[in-house]
Amino acid sequence: MNIIGKPLRKVDAVSKCIGRTMFADDIVLPQMLYAKILRSTRPYARIRNIDTSAAESLEGVKAILLGRELPITFGILPVSQDEHTLAIDVVRYAGEPVAAVAAVDEETAEEAVRRIKVEYEDLPPIMSIEDGLKPTDTPIQAYAEDGNIHKTVSFTFGDTDAAFEKADLVLDGLFFYQGNTHLPLEQHASVALYHPEDRLTLWSSTQTPHYVHRALARVLEMTPNRIQVIACPNGGGFGGKSDPFSHEIAVAKLAMKAGKPVKIALTREEVFYCHRGRHPVLMRAKLGVSKDGNFTGLSFQTILDGGAYGSYGVASTYYTGALQTTTYHLPAYKFEGARLFTNKPPCGPKRGHGTPQPRLGLEIQIDKAAELLGIDPADLRLRNLVPADSLTVNWLTIRTIGLRRCIEKIVEASGWKDKFRKLPYGRGVGLACSCYLTGAGLPIYWNNMPQSGVQLKFDRSGLVTIFCGSTDIGQGSDSILAYIVAEVLGIDCSSIRVVTGDTDLTPVDLGSYSSRVTLMTGNAAIQAAERARDLLDEAVAAELKIPRNRIVAAEGRMFDAEDPSRSVDFAKAVQLAEARFGTLGTTGCYSPPKSAAKFKGGGVGPSPTYSFSAAVVQLAVDRETGIIKIEKTWIAHDIGRAINPLLALGQVEGSVYMGLGEALMEEHEFRLGVHKTPSMLDYKSPTSMDICPVETILVEEPDPIGPFGAKEVGQGPLLPIPPAVCNAVYDAVGVRIDEIPVTPEKILSALKAKSQGKDGRYGPSSFPSVEYRDPVFVMPPWEGGDGRAMNEPEYTRKGT
Amino acid sequence: MLRLPEFTYRRPQNAREAATILAGEGPAAMLVAGGTDLWPKMKRRQMEPRVVVGLRHLAELRGVTGSPGAGLTLGPNLTLRELERHPLLLEKYPSVAEAARSISSPPLKTMGTLGGNLCVDTRCFYYDQTHEWRQSIHFCLKKDGDTCWVAPGSRRCWAVSSTDLAPVMLALNARIHLLSKDGERTIEAGQMYNNDGIAYLSKRPNEIVTAVDLPAINGDVTSFRKLRRRGSIDFPILNVAVWLRLTRDRRTIEAARIAIGGITSSPFLSLPAANALVGCELTPDVIAAAAVAARLDSRPLDNTDLDFSWRRSMVEVWVRRALEQASHRMS
Repeated sequence: MNIIGKPLRKVDAVSKCIGRTMFADDIVLPQMLYAKILRSTRPYARIRNIDTSAAESLEGVKAILLGRELPITFGILPVSQDEHTLAIDVVRYAGEPVAAVAAVDEETAEEAVRRIKVEYEDLPPIMSIEDGLKPTDTPIQAYAEDGNIHKTVSFTFGDTDAAFEKADLVLDGLFFYQGNTHLPLEQHASVALYHPEDRLTLWSSTQTPHYVHRALARVLEMTPNRIQVIACPNGGGFGGKSDPFSHEIAVAKLAMKAGKPVKIALTREEVFYCHRGRHPVLMRAKLGVSKDGNFTGLSFQTILDGGAYGSYGVASTYYTGALQTTTYHLPAYKFEGARLFTNKPPCGPKRGHGTPQPRLGLEIQIDKAAELLGIDPADLRLRNLVPADSLTVNWLTIRTIGLRRCIEKIVEASGWKDKFRKLPYGRGVGLACSCYLTGAGLPIYWNNMPQSGVQLKFDRSGLVTIFCGSTDIGQGSDSILAYIVAEVLGIDCSSIRVVTGDTDLTPVDLGSYSSRVTLMTGNAAIQAAERARDLLDEAVAAELKIPRNRIVAAEGRMFDAEDPSRSVDFAKAVQLAEARFGTLGTTGCYSPPKSAAKFKGGGVGPSPTYSFSAAVVQLAVDRETGIIKIEKTWIAHDIGRAINPLLALGQVEGSVYMGLGEALMEEHEFRLGVHKTPSMLDYKSPTSMDICPVETILVEEPDPIGPFGAKEVGQGPLLPIPPAVCNAVYDAVGVRIDEIPVTPEKILSALKAKSQGKDGRYGPSSFPSVEYRDPVFVMPPWEGGDGRAMNEPEYTRKGT
Repeated sequence: MLRLPEFTYRRPQNAREAATILAGEGPAAMLVAGGTDLWPKMKRRQMEPRVVVGLRHLAELRGVTGSPGAGLTLGPNLTLRELERHPLLLEKYPSVAEAARSISSPPLKTMGTLGGNLCVDTRCFYYDQTHEWRQSIHFCLKKDGDTCWVAPGSRRCWAVSSTDLAPVMLALNARIHLLSKDGERTIEAGQMYNNDGIAYLSKRPNEIVTAVDLPAINGDVTSFRKLRRRGSIDFPILNVAVWLRLTRDRRTIEAARIAIGGITSSPFLSLPAANALVGCELTPDVIAAAAVAARLDSRPLDNTDLDFSWRRSMVEVWVRRALEQASHRMS
């Protein structure tokens, strides 16, 4: 390997470092107008009237757009097409787009928006899980299952009742994971150009140009072949740019109305209203354990506070139950989940999508079980690991699992055995593990086409251009494509151009989400590059008059393996192949393997393969103040193989810091119906002064499914951090904080309770009764069955 | 992005001319030095001056004169960066340097000034928001509205004093020079602030801070502690500045001032806390008694970061730690 596994520079590194990268907001077109959006000031209200006359009369205003002009709804999931570009008749959260204006400059657009008068008739806003469960005459979405209950899901795999009866210890506890947001440095921006030829181009900071393409076509009622979406380099995404957004469609329509290009650049506050961040989740986790430390079964209930629209929420709801089964062997498992509509910006996918929340509950329960059984928590986990090449209780296929080595590595690196329950009062260590997808098994809309496509074009100069619909959101996906093609063709990255995220030019890749990009685009790129090698090898073999199988490609040349003095350079090889075969180009694509799960709802959770992480957090708690100082984090991540270990390290460290932010301070809070802190100053996210050194260990056990053995690294390493923090707090001062963020007053409150002889715990105290739907019964693989449901449950609710 | 509204920028030749402009323009004019408070607030329409009078370029407002033995005079244009690393301050008035160091972030400290921080606007969740956000709650008493959302029955504004340097100046009993078209006056730092979120300064709008006199420090001990969520950027949600004068034996407290900020609309001197120290040595019991007295003297409200009852209990801890730091400096 000349390229794979080397800490090479990113292909776009220099431009990024010196400020030359063209983000969407950097685009300036001749005669370009600027758009601003008027947003709802009410959390829930009927729109009585919108008066735009004062805005129309303002000099410099070129187009005004209202909701009625775009009556067709959109949404990322086919089952949740519930968003209008601009609100029609009803607003469902403070910050929801109501009207849009394009004007000669941003100041004029802002003034025009301010002159639009909207009359609202307030409705009672739903701002909490508790309120969302109450019966209502004014449901936020008419298509909800029941009242404001958007969606319930329910599965039973095996007999959990028997599992708990058999257990020597049953831990039944409540947990809460607060909502938080992505906070990408780049605020969303889009530029739309409507061509005289009746074509539309949209540049946007998006992780999913293909889905934006589809939404634009649908809402604007244009055939997709007249629309081009270009995903600009993203200044961070983390899931916050994975939905099609109102501003993207509004700016396109404004450009069509005004006949001039239009730009919109959202403010930080508006980004908070776009949201699609972490769902607040209240959960109940019941874990059965035998006295020798074997898990007998798990029952898990979740309630998600979803915000006002569907977004990815149905998938998020399934994800709060999907991956509890992939780290530790569970003989029986039951899951019930419900998502509620509330009058807040919609929640959606944030790094780890729906899985960090249940991971918090599960990993704390394991810590509690370990203590009660007198078993070291690392050992308890090791005892229960899912085996490689196996099916989980819910029919997920585990191929490689490096979790054992991950745990062993962090135990050793952190000095766990000398620290756990042995550090002086006030200092502690906590351990947790996790698992994440390497790409979702199914696309978001049903189709049987590949999830990722790559095209290669060969120039006579020896330049190879890679075309792929993927989007680099800073994680380095453009570079990964270049490394992989360079490795297969034996050339240097400087002989490669990468063209990505342009629906006119690049074959479809579904987007930068679900940690799918390296695996799927990587495999597609390998296929395209190997097909090119076939052509090049044949042409060079003919030139050198040797058999094809003696051709070796390396360092920009193609050699005779038996006589390396006989070779041609890569450009010459391309010329020979072009002369022999005509214009050169190859394609490659990737489709995930079929899932073993055949039951309804079994489409969320399957992945080509899974990554695993284990982390130890060491911290100090100031017992007088409750303030936590994180001292160090050790994390081992089973990445299969690092295509570029330096980029992998960056992803791990970024995940750890984001996880620490969620664990310690980040909070989406609402007051008077509005977001309490929609700014970088008042929404508290850690600075470089608040985080700790991170020691990262990459565990490399190449996976047969991944490109060169690679698995994901972008999301999984976040997951163990919040529970590791909670477990470390317990080790430090002996109180359980069963919710995040773990703020100082919660620790003091638990310490006070403990000193008064009460339960030394802070966390939710009750779980509301929810009418979950009847469960789908599926037999675990080891009890027989074929992955199908044993029943066709009677659905009593509407909307199913 | 958020855009600045239109305004006229005036660049006076000296402080006197600045005072003349202020007199001529009336309350529609505001001063700017570093701009780290004013510009974002203008973008959010919390402040809407028609005229902004720049002071930053005035070298006459930037000096450090005098001596610690006789008293030091600081120009209000000194940047926070200059204050935090000034050798005389670090050695003799460490609380001034420490407070300056604790403010915002390194880039903002190169712009923010002493005068700006002393006059920094009071802060509140319901006020430090964009125009559109504040429109959602029908605005608040401090700007454009008639309800204080912190205490809806209240007729005053409860926005929080958020300056880190003011408590230090209160504890030192610094004097502040104010210049207007009508002449100059000098007030004690304690007279500079009102416990009212709106009229939080007794400095009149037509007055300019031209100098800050630090009294002679001969052997007096100072300390400063700040509470904020993160290790950078954040405004104080509590700060404590201590000044102690010792008797000849260097053990007994002859006089003390303990100033507390970030709690109410003005920084204040806690007399019960100071009284608990006078005539005593700084034993753990004495320190604890002063800390309790300070807590009982403090009533934070739910209008800034973190839980307000927790913040109240932290007053005791922070005063104790500030006194422990001072005690350490005595020896």
